Order: sequence, then C-alpha cells, then structure tokens
Amino acid sequence: MLFSESVQIAITALLSNKLRSILTMLGIIIGVGAVIAMISIGMGVRQNVTNSIASLGSNMLIVTPGSTNQGGVRSAAGSSQKLKYDDAEAIKKKIKNIDYVSPTVNSSYQIVNGNQNWNTSVYGVTPEYLHIRSLSVQSGSFITDSDLKSRNRVAVIGTTVASNLFDTSNPVGKTIRINNQPYRIVGVLESKGQSSMGQDQDDMVIVPLTTAQERLMGITYVRSINIQVSSSDKIEQVQSEVETLLRQRHHITGDKEDDFTVRNLTSLMETMTSTTTMLTLFLGSIAAISLIVGGIGIMNIMMVSVTERTREIGIRKALGATFQNIMMQFLIESVVIGVIGGLLGIACGVGIALAIAKAGLFQTVITAAPIIISFSFSVGIGLFFGIYPARKAARLDPIEALRYE
Amino acid sequence: MKYVIELQDIKKIYHIGGEDFAALAGITLNIKEGEFAALMGPSGSGKSTLMNILGCLDRPTSGSYKLGGKEVANLSDDELASVRNEHIGFVFQNFNLLSRISALDNVALPLVYAGVGHKERTRRAMEKLKAVGLETWAHHKPNELSGGQRQRVAIARALVNNPHIIMADEPTGNLDTKSTRDIMGLFEALHEEHKTIILVTHEPEIAACASRQLLLCDGMITKDAGKGVVMDVV
Repeated sequence: MLFSESVQIAITALLSNKLRSILTMLGIIIGVGAVIAMISIGMGVRQNVTNSIASLGSNMLIVTPGSTNQGGVRSAAGSSQKLKYDDAEAIKKKIKNIDYVSPTVNSSYQIVNGNQNWNTSVYGVTPEYLHIRSLSVQSGSFITDSDLKSRNRVAVIGTTVASNLFDTSNPVGKTIRINNQPYRIVGVLESKGQSSMGQDQDDMVIVPLTTAQERLMGITYVRSINIQVSSSDKIEQVQSEVETLLRQRHHITGDKEDDFTVRNLTSLMETMTSTTTMLTLFLGSIAAISLIVGGIGIMNIMMVSVTERTREIGIRKALGATFQNIMMQFLIESVVIGVIGGLLGIACGVGIALAIAKAGLFQTVITAAPIIISFSFSVGIGLFFGIYPARKAARLDPIEALRYE
Repeated sequence: MKYVIELQDIKKIYHIGGEDFAALAGITLNIKEGEFAALMGPSGSGKSTLMNILGCLDRPTSGSYKLGGKEVANLSDDELASVRNEHIGFVFQNFNLLSRISALDNVALPLVYAGVGHKERTRRAMEKLKAVGLETWAHHKPNELSGGQRQRVAIARALVNNPHIIMADEPTGNLDTKSTRDIMGLFEALHEEHKTIILVTHEPEIAACASRQLLLCDGMITKDAGKGVVMDVV
C-alpha cells in the first residue's frame, strides 16, 4: 500500500471527528505556541540588554585613575591625577589590537546661549571618541585633530542641550558660553536616547580634550581612557598589556598597588548575556513541559480511538491489511495531529510574539531556531506518543476485533 | 475436478483452565471449485472455528489446509493477511462495513490493501456495485442504506478482488424475509457463475439453496449431503 493512501486514510479519520481532533491538537498548539512566544520574549530581553551594553561601546576597556595614598590616608578612587594624555598616546602607539583610544575629562558647567541657560556635563575628548561611543553627528561635524592641537574653542552638543538652548533653530555655527568662555558650535549629535542606567545620553557637550584641560578646567590629567579592542578574544591580552605599560610609565614596581584601574565591559556583557540566556531557557523549558503534556493528550486520544475503532481494525485486517498497514494508519494519524498542531502552534506563537511587541510590553525577537525545533519536537511527539497506540491497534487479533461490540 | 479447499485432519485445540478442549477434532474435507457448500451445526459445534480457519483468520493446531493447492496452515499473520486479501471474500452477518466512508470506498477497500491504484480501484468497485444493482447508491454512506442494501455492498466488496472462495457467515441473519430472498438470489447467481461459496447458517431453508450440506457436531463433520436435503440441525 502506498504511503499517500495511509495519509489519506488518516486525514479522513481525523476529519470525521473534527472537534476531537482539534481538542487533541490544542495541547500541541498551546505547547508550540508557548515555546515560541516565551523564547521570543526571552531573546527580546537579551537583545535589549545586549544593545544597551553595546551602546556603551563594544569590546571596551576603561582605564580610570586609582586612589591616592598619602601617608596611609587613601582618597576616593579616581581622585589620582597620575593618568595623562601621554599615557593614552603611549597605549595607542605601543599596544597592538587596539582600534581606538580616547582619553576624556569631564565636569559640569553652566552653558549659556543669550537668555537661555542649561547645566550639563562637558566632556573633553579626542576625535576618536566618536567611534568609541558609536556616536554620529546629526548636523555639522565632530571635533578634529587640528581643534585638538590648537585648543580651539569649539563644541559639539547633544540633542537635549540643543533643544534646551536653541529650541528648534539649528545651533550649528552659533556661539554658546561655557564657564563664560565663548565656544562655537560645530555639530549636533544624533540622539542616542536613555542608557540602560536611565541616563540621558543626549545631555552632553563635547569639546576638544586639550581645550577642556587647559582653557576650561586648568588640569593636566585625564579622568579616563577608553580603549576599543579590535576583537573580543583579544580583550584579556590587551588589558594585561595596558596594565603592564601603565605600571612601567608610572614607575610602579614590585607588588606596589596600581594607581589606575582597568575595567572591562565584556565581563558585564557576559554576565548579562548568561543571565538572559538562563531566563530564555527557563521560559522555554516551562513551555516545553506543556508540549509534552500535549503529547500525552495525543496518546490518550489515540488509545481511545484504537479501542473505539477495534471493529474497523478487525474489518481492515480481515480484508487483508497487514500489521504494517494498520501501524502506519494510526501512526500517521498521530503524526498528522503533531504536524497540523505544530503549524497552528507556530502561527499562534508568532502571532503572540508580534502582538506583545506591538503592545509594547516587551521587545520580542522571533528567530528560526525555536520555530524549527518546536515544530520538529511536536512532530516527534506525535510520532513517539503514537507508537504505543498504533502497535496496540496493529497487534489486535482479527477474530477478536471483529467480534468486538 | 480440481479441489479449491483440501483439509486433512484439521484440529484446533484450546487450553482452557489447564484442560485441553478440542473445538475441531480432526476434520478432513475437500471442496471443489464452483461448489456452494452450506455449513450447519448447533452452537458450540465448532462451526465458527472452522469458518475462521477456512477464512485464514486463524491457524489450526495441527493438520494440513491447502487453499488452491497451496499449504496455508502454517503461514505468518502477514502472509495470512495477503492470502485473505487475494483469495477470500468475506460476507458477515452484521455486514461489517466502515460507516465513515461511502459504499464505493467500502467496496474498494480490499483493493487498497492489494495495492491497486485509485482510478482502477474505483472502476472495479463500481463494476461490482453495478453487479449487485447498487450503482446509484455508490456515494451514500452505509448508514443511509437498508439492511439488504448493506449486505449487497458487502457482497460486492467480497467479490471485488475476484477471490477463489466466498465465505458467508450467517449473511441473512439480520435481514427480513424479502431481503433474505434477494441475498440468496445473489448467492445462487454467483453459484451459477461458478464461484465457490461456503455459507454458514443455522437455518435449514437457507442451507437448502446450497449444492452441498455439511453438518458439524462436536468438532466433527457428522453429515455430508447433496442438494435439496433439509437437515434437522438441532
């Protein structure tokens, strides 16, 4: 007998008892739908976290000054003044596998334009800061190397600052006053929105590092050096090279404490990613349990169906159906339940994920993997839970089965 | 003349509660091609057991059964299934049609297991339905048909594979007098077409239509007579 004949017999049987077939499928539909929806939510959360960490810059090392130690009295971390612009230059020159190095200083100032004023952080940076923070300029340009060399009084402002000081007019080319010094605005940054810590990333003013150090703050040190490593697997190596180099430059020998700290955003990223992966797996496995329960539902109904159709099996056997014919008929029936249930479940799961995303409750990410896996799982469940009832049907004695009332 | 069925000392022994019970106590019987044999006997006589063995639904405990010259007493379940499919047409007392599918599909069912394609199946099934006069009812489900019509569908199904023998187990047991006459008319017509028919019945008038009458008692054939002899069963 042909395979297609078996499929046809199975589908006819399912259609002749539509309500029951649908109720049986419901277990699989809910199971597959839940797996897909849950994993989409989990993946969405993970992407959210990853994105917000990546917005700080990916593959980043941050060097900050350590605390000072004067006669046993230690001050707060970051208060040391030993980290210099030269350190950044040296790191860039001497260490391989580094894309960008950006030393920064920052301080809060009142910014004035005409009769408007705004209090915000002013960052002194080098041109590479643009790449390291994945910023982009919405209009105008970023600060340049020549700005840096000649300590030009130029500034690039964030959109929050722009809207507070200039309302809707284009600030590029206008002059603002920072700490009573005039600065020409050369560019406005593209909006980056809130950071994952709830900070407004558009509320900032950027000026050349040298200008900030010498004209604005009157300092010679830097507050931090951001380093972007070329690839994530080089981070540890670069980190230790930076540490060695800085110890050398700062003449720290033996087991004396560093006067700087090198932090690594990758470890934060890894922690967050593994946490959200756990969350995704957790949600997915709860949903997978419902898929297995759905499979038991299939088995249950198939057992009832075999008992109910004992006489039919007897007739088919009397007319020449073999063990394999009957086995196939019932097995295909439960696989068809798995296939149709799986397809409807995919539709439900994707629908739910899209609806959740649209309602703005969670960001959801629909990927092929959970769809393919949960679908094959539902077909496999149909097959697995169909074997026992199908064997039971195929092993029936035709004489007994024909006599069954 | 050639024998279609040759039984040699067929025994069927059941073990019930540690004791052996011989449902068939050694039956030797030959049935010629084209014969219309009626098998009679009181309940418990081994009639159903013999019928099951003749229909290849069951295997004898010992003895030899040649169907169309081929030994079938020791075949496997699946081999028996294919012997049933090719050589035997069944007609049952309670019709045993599948209620979910049309009369036509019921008639075509043995051909599904014989591996005949859909088109050819429908053509042959329709032909047999025509032969029993039910071509207009082909697409009706069995529960839309009368008892007599259902039994005619069952006969069409038994004939569709051109089997060697037709086994009819009390085919008129659930029918009214008129339908009974119709059905027996069909069997007689089949007999005239030289089909081999084995009919199990407990009604002497039905058995009287057959060309040979066998009486079974306590697992033995006690009488074997020709046409027209009305046996007293009980």
